[in-house]
Amino acid sequence: MKFADFVSREAVRADLASDDKETVIREIAQALLDAGKVSAAEFEGIVKAILKREDLGSTGIGRGVAVPHTKHASVDRLIGAVGVSTEGVDFDSLDGEKVNLFFLLISPPDRPGDHLRALENVSKQLRNESFCKFLKQAKTSEEILQLLDEADSNQFGT
Amino acid sequence: MGPDDGADRVLAVMSEQTSQRTIVLTNPQGLHARPAHMFVKLATKFVSNVELIKDSERVDGKSILAILTLAAGEGSILSIEATGQDADQALDALVELIAQNFAEEGSDH
Repeated sequence: MKFADFVSREAVRADLASDDKETVIREIAQALLDAGKVSAAEFEGIVKAILKREDLGSTGIGRGVAVPHTKHASVDRLIGAVGVSTEGVDFDSLDGEKVNLFFLLISPPDRPGDHLRALENVSKQLRNESFCKFLKQAKTSEEILQLLDEADSNQFGT
Repeated sequence: MGPDDGADRVLAVMSEQTSQRTIVLTNPQGLHARPAHMFVKLATKFVSNVELIKDSERVDGKSILAILTLAAGEGSILSIEATGQDADQALDALVELIAQNFAEEGSDH
């Protein structure tokens, strides 16, 4: 599953301002709302579900990356947002590091395969040092999208 | 090199046992972020090296990112390999964790 298959191109943010877990999750989810990928009526419920999932265990997966997510009945396919925080946010990651790169995923309730494949793609691409580094240094949404497109066409050799 | 160094080296080699177990993943949601997190949290309690193997892919069992690259879904056949002084204890614990489906019965995450 390529980034292009699930990342909403209008929900990519290079300049996250939040400095704590809940606020940054809201900020990235807001990008999906602004992009029209989730409805205003469902927004609060979605954010709460993502936060509840974080309570079960941080989605910080190491190397300054986190994959906050939830299932939600209001979406009929996997949708994703990407956010970069230059300062980094304390996310209770297992490795103790702050998180600079966020992939927020919302999936329909009974499609665990799609979610797993998205995680597979994210993790495989992030094994590439250059890709990881460039993403975290991205200053604009366009830069992030370009990097994701390049990763999709295997230009990082992964 | 003194007379006891050879014995120390033999002992070091003898304590480096490698053991492997194979299990089938019965967790309906597969090895996603939460089970991967739980696996790593447990694996890092042991001094032994831990690797997770699926088909021909072998990854570091102490890295969440590495485990997620396997995209191991329900029904996947996984092998866990541990090398070190507490290899068997590590395997016992990790196999038990997986056998309990990472305690995800009935959860929606």
